[in-house]
Amino acid sequence: MRGADYVLKRITFAIVTVFVAVSLNFVLFRLAPGTAVSNLARVPHATPQLRHALEVQFGLDKSKGAQYVIYLKQLVHGNLGISFENEQPVSKNLRIDLINTLPMVTLGTLFSILIGTLTGVIAAWRRGTPTEAATVSSALGFYAMPTQWLGLMLIVIFAGTLPTGGMTNEFLLNPGFWQHLRDLGSHILLPALTLGLTLYGEYTLIVRSAMLETLGEDYILTARAKGLRPWAIVRKHALRNAMLPITTLVALSLGYVVAGAILIEIVFSWPGVGRAVYLAVQERDYPMLQGAFLLLTISVVICNLIADLLYFKLDPRITE
Amino acid sequence: MLIEAPPEGGTSRRGFVLRTLRHRPAAVIGTTILVLVAVGAILAPLIAPYGLHEQVGPVFGRPSWSHPLGLDDGGIDMLTLLMWGARVSLVVGFAATFVSMAIGGAIGVLAGYFGGWVDTVLMRITDYFLVIPDVPLMIVVAAIWGPSLFHIIIVIGILLWTSTARVIRAQVKSVRERVYVKRARALGAGHARIVLKHVLPQVAPLLIANTVLTVAVAIFDETALSFLGLGDPSTTSLGKVIENAFQRAAISAGAWWAIVWPGVLVTLIILGCSLVGGALEDALNPRLRVAHLGARTFRLRPLVGRGQEAL
Repeated sequence: MRGADYVLKRITFAIVTVFVAVSLNFVLFRLAPGTAVSNLARVPHATPQLRHALEVQFGLDKSKGAQYVIYLKQLVHGNLGISFENEQPVSKNLRIDLINTLPMVTLGTLFSILIGTLTGVIAAWRRGTPTEAATVSSALGFYAMPTQWLGLMLIVIFAGTLPTGGMTNEFLLNPGFWQHLRDLGSHILLPALTLGLTLYGEYTLIVRSAMLETLGEDYILTARAKGLRPWAIVRKHALRNAMLPITTLVALSLGYVVAGAILIEIVFSWPGVGRAVYLAVQERDYPMLQGAFLLLTISVVICNLIADLLYFKLDPRITE
Repeated sequence: MLIEAPPEGGTSRRGFVLRTLRHRPAAVIGTTILVLVAVGAILAPLIAPYGLHEQVGPVFGRPSWSHPLGLDDGGIDMLTLLMWGARVSLVVGFAATFVSMAIGGAIGVLAGYFGGWVDTVLMRITDYFLVIPDVPLMIVVAAIWGPSLFHIIIVIGILLWTSTARVIRAQVKSVRERVYVKRARALGAGHARIVLKHVLPQVAPLLIANTVLTVAVAIFDETALSFLGLGDPSTTSLGKVIENAFQRAAISAGAWWAIVWPGVLVTLIILGCSLVGGALEDALNPRLRVAHLGARTFRLRPLVGRGQEAL
């Protein structure tokens, strides 16, 4: 089968990367000086029983090497320790956070890809015109804005018209399904828009240069010589090929999505993983911080793997 | 006039950076912004209108003739605050970039120049770091190390080198195979001499473009870390000014000036860096100059360039 090797290689790479991240996590937290950081059992206000249970679970009295093995074992079972803050299992806290984060981040990423591709194609197509100058400079402008600041600006502008904090209206008692959905939709709009706006600039520039590169190919010249309409050339000949680098670069910028999500969730009090990171930093809740870091890293690695496989499917030339 | 003439000075790389900065409008705008901000930041102790810790008016005082940008939550003049803030942010940006350039440049040159297993090992490490998202890792490291300006610089620096390493490696790989490098080797030049005298000067413009872009990312990351409360509590960076305004609820107090201006300044700095870095990169990649669609820009790909590539 074509490229079974390639697929296998990418999957192995993803698994090894996850392993590297997991080990990095261990090194950062368990080998760091200071018992507050390295001792997962030091849950404030915990009963001696809970403390003892955690010490046994994570083998905290054993050597660092043995602790590493135990840590890996517990991780496989989804045990990330107990949050210092609410004394709930970290994995349970994170599951709730992740469910809250996903719709906002997905919508924001979709916004950015949509706006980015559209403006990028326009910029390349209208090369050398004021249209290009306008699209490229606004893309650069939004790209340059600090995420948290753009979020705050949107709050200044839309305060009063749209909800600017939280995920749902807490005063809405027993809402029906549609009512709930509309409420959620109005709350999700500003955070998702912030994410979309801060990310799209990079995509515009990537799409533009990818398009310019394909527009310089000889087959575009041929298509033009055949008398095809410009829109048909853009859509069928240029954009299709330009999609290849775009896929990889969108995947590569996923790290920024994560960074953006953290800042945006702080600004809009969105109860997701990013806000969990913030609260964990504020409260020095190390088990939570650790768990959130792992969750974010592993999601980025998985999304990258998906993008790699997608790239493979899109480009039949890859046989390696 | 189908073929664009090469810029004056032929194809020599010397002065390439300066030439690009002078001849591309985007680069001119970017350089102007950066120079203005840098002058304001460097001369802050001399030209700042008030003292940095001096309460000169009411809390969240409105913009006025004596305080054109208003006052912050401590009654401190915003203009003064921004000048000192830009100073710290620029220091963090450049210092962190220096760290990351040193690491990324060294890894890129070593991997590209020596190839073989050195290349494989170094690029594997780079690949792993490239995938792991920077900002969460920075947050974790900064949270464990504790907040200080030095830590922030190191944390940002040691996590930003990956893209530099890859870009430089690719370039070094192609330079290494050029005839004059092979001749130098045949004449008995050592690795150090070849790298320093023949490879690095060729890679320099790209390294500078990458540096400028990295400064933007470093400044952005500093504002992010400060916003999470991981900035140095004793210094005033632009990120810190934004965080402070957010924490003290400048928006609900109606004091938009306390939060708009620091953000505008960060945006300008990042924009300036992106324009300069982007223009340099653009100038280094001649493939993008050709487009077969659109009457005004219709051009054939320069045959001269093609010939050189083929060599």
